[in-house]
Amino acid sequence: MINEETLKELALSKSEYKLIVERLGREPNDLELGLFGALWSEHCGYKHTKKLLRSIKSTAKNTLTEAGAENAGAINIGSNKAIVMKIESHNHPSAVEPYEGAATGVGGIVRDIFAMGARPIALLNSLRFSNLESSRNIQIAKGVVEGISGYGNCLGIPNIGGECFFDESYESNPLVNAMCVGIVDNDRILSAKAEKPGDLLIIIGAETGRDGIHGASGLASQNFEETIELRSAVQVGNPFLEKLLIEACLEISSLKELVGMQDCGAAGITSAAIEMAERSNIGLEIDVSKVPVRESSMTPYEIMLSESQERMLIAVKENEYKNIFDILEKWDLKCSIIGKFIDGNDVLILNDNELISRTSIDALTSPPEYDLSKISKSYKNNKSKLSIKNKYDSFNIETISSHLESIFSSNNIVSKKSIYKKYDHHVQTNTVLEPGSDSAIIRIKNTDKFLLFSCDGNSRFSLIDPKIGAEINIAESCRNISALGGEPIALTDGLNFGDPSKPKGAFQLIETFKGFNTACDIFNIPIISGNASLFNEGHNTSINPTPIIGAMGIMNNKTKIINKNFIKPGHKIGVLGNFWGTNKGLSGSEFQTFFENEISGDISIDLEFEKKLQSSIRNLVRSGLIESSHDISLGGLIVALVLSIEKNQLGVEIEKSVPDNWAGALFGEDQSRVIFSYDEKNFNEIKSVLNDIKWEQIGTVTEKNIYFENIYFESEELFLRYNKGFSTDL
Amino acid sequence: MKIGIVVFPGTWSESDTHYATNDVLGINSEYIWHKDQSLNNTDIIILPGGFSYGDYLRTGAIASFSPIMKKIITFANSGGVVIGICNGFQILCESNLLPGVLMRNNSLSFVCENSYLKVNNDSLFTNQYNQNEIIRIPISHGEGNFQADKKIIDEIEEQNRVIFRYSSKTGETNLDHNPNGSINNIAGITNKQGNVLGLMPHPEKACEQLIGSDDGLGIFKSIMTNSIKK
Repeated sequence: MINEETLKELALSKSEYKLIVERLGREPNDLELGLFGALWSEHCGYKHTKKLLRSIKSTAKNTLTEAGAENAGAINIGSNKAIVMKIESHNHPSAVEPYEGAATGVGGIVRDIFAMGARPIALLNSLRFSNLESSRNIQIAKGVVEGISGYGNCLGIPNIGGECFFDESYESNPLVNAMCVGIVDNDRILSAKAEKPGDLLIIIGAETGRDGIHGASGLASQNFEETIELRSAVQVGNPFLEKLLIEACLEISSLKELVGMQDCGAAGITSAAIEMAERSNIGLEIDVSKVPVRESSMTPYEIMLSESQERMLIAVKENEYKNIFDILEKWDLKCSIIGKFIDGNDVLILNDNELISRTSIDALTSPPEYDLSKISKSYKNNKSKLSIKNKYDSFNIETISSHLESIFSSNNIVSKKSIYKKYDHHVQTNTVLEPGSDSAIIRIKNTDKFLLFSCDGNSRFSLIDPKIGAEINIAESCRNISALGGEPIALTDGLNFGDPSKPKGAFQLIETFKGFNTACDIFNIPIISGNASLFNEGHNTSINPTPIIGAMGIMNNKTKIINKNFIKPGHKIGVLGNFWGTNKGLSGSEFQTFFENEISGDISIDLEFEKKLQSSIRNLVRSGLIESSHDISLGGLIVALVLSIEKNQLGVEIEKSVPDNWAGALFGEDQSRVIFSYDEKNFNEIKSVLNDIKWEQIGTVTEKNIYFENIYFESEELFLRYNKGFSTDL
Repeated sequence: MKIGIVVFPGTWSESDTHYATNDVLGINSEYIWHKDQSLNNTDIIILPGGFSYGDYLRTGAIASFSPIMKKIITFANSGGVVIGICNGFQILCESNLLPGVLMRNNSLSFVCENSYLKVNNDSLFTNQYNQNEIIRIPISHGEGNFQADKKIIDEIEEQNRVIFRYSSKTGETNLDHNPNGSINNIAGITNKQGNVLGLMPHPEKACEQLIGSDDGLGIFKSIMTNSIKK
């Protein structure tokens, strides 16, 4: 009988082992156990999320893929062009080895994109770290940023946006979610499939080494505290080789001899090759002795499970590989025919022609599915009441000013420029709006289109109420796009959660999917791809549930490009939605966390109103009648105002008195609000474009400082604090 | 007139350069693959940015030994016009077509931002600019810190060969407006004969207002005007 130690190493349970024996009709040998361990891991097998993933709206009239069917999701944007996009996490590797973990995270998501024949045109990322107080946390944050910079810059793909957020729940589990966007002609999208038995299986790129063995089953599928010693499970990246792979793979993608292409990611050749066969409904034969290796003594087990980076698999028509090999030689890339697709459902693994394993695609690719609703049943969700311990209800100029100055020292509020200036955001010469606004804008050459991207998540809201948190997540990502005139058309989701086999983790996942489904239905937008990173736990703490939404929007390239910045004294300021925040809006806010050191209360969003608001702001931007537009979010109204005047060193005069509940009014993070500026002469036209949606003109752009009728703030100190950046230089 | 844009493995600014010269300016431009045997009768050679050969060993070091570089060195030594942008500048230094070295930025970090440059218009690469004009062009590099022996720097300065200096928006050239620690705020220089230019900023990324600036056009227009005169 198998020992527990071995099963633990593979993250398989005893009952799963029993099921394997049942499926095979015998005990698996070591190699086979490795294959099952990899393919039945959470990372490859989605044991805990498959049921939920099926419930998601993943298609719409212009989608070209079904969720999970390919390496990434694709959507038709017209002019015979498709956009391919996906977000993926590399959390555990980044915790163990921040630089290489983050670097190979970028490498992996980029391969998912060009595996579909698409040229990568943009990167974004969403980062979560603990407070920059300990040297360990600083080392992780620095290493991650350097890793993304070091790998991404070498590839010539612009890194156009993202976000970075600090909370102590990420103390032992930093989150690194990388998103990549690619473009391909509609009729040239590649599939990760073979066509028929006889097609050859060819490996391209790096030699296979001993790195990353058990990455999928170990690092990505267990609680982190159990795996802190798995250092060799983190791979080392070679961005130069990746760049050659991009160019070579895109060059061969147009050849008719090429049948399919697949990234060799988590669980290496095992998962890549077997998934290709599964999609093609045929069997597979691999000879491990044909795989180019770094060390001569590698075992079949190591070869099959290595997660060495910068490798791709392709399926090629029998005997028709010459032109492909010529192109690979031009790029000085190694390749080798390592097997072929065969009739039936068998997976045959040979070592120098000797059969060492015979299993089946069906057995390997149908792990058990766990019903999270059974696990979550025992979870009691005690909603915490909004607790405000300190007194903020009396109007006091000194107190208000000092709170505003303090919050402009929060790493969550200050400028993220020290991060994004390490990423090339100009290469490919399409970047119309650089990082630093609500979303980034790129043009698509030789079309009439601009594309907009944002990448966003608010884990505090998800902690308070994962369902409404998920609704807000989608609403806010889309609002970032709409605020600059774009129509949101596709989403990708990164799910970063704790242990789904515990009631709390299961509950948070289920509720998040409920929220996604409601929001996707109301906004009529599909989630075309995604990634789940579960088991983000360690030292008896779990991360706050952190869904991340990457959103894409589209608009005509005649649209006037605006951003968050007010541009001229004398312009009027308007607000769509409610101007003042509320006390309730302090729930899960930066203000609450910063001054009360807690996350509690009650969050809400009216999705129907949000939809109307987004349509209104889009119309307004497209009418060309306004000069700036900015979503009110983290830090509330007052932070949004400061960020609107900071870039051009301006001021504002608001024709209102700050009410007694100033904390909620100024710092509440109530949803569905957008601030914009305009020339007064456009007032009547703006009024008619906005028609019946709630909005008001609230003040004027001035030369400096922030005036309300009963209080004023000097802006210079706030600008200084904002531009000083993080408390520790990253 | 024809521009040849050299592509090494790891180069990534070749298509941006091609788009700027060929599509925006309408100058006939073509790629030269590093394994090609000739420069294919091109009049101007551009070595674009990127990470040739992964920048392994030292930036530009391996590319400088590429067979195509022998042809380019001969071409430059016989008066041919050569521009090295970013990694191209590093390759030109490693090939001894330009003096000095490009060391790691003094911040030890990669830096991508819009830099302001003060232009010396006394060169065939900048005759379309006004003297001391301030232009805005992106930089994107980890190793752009130009250094050389004092004797060499003195010579470059005396011969008026510093073509671009990092500056403020209003033209101050001091350490506050120096993104990488380059001596004398040097962003670009020419060789003694004036036919080879190396610069760290990316003019090909600044050829359309839509993407933030078209201040880089002047460089390509200058060499075009010069070649037409010829």
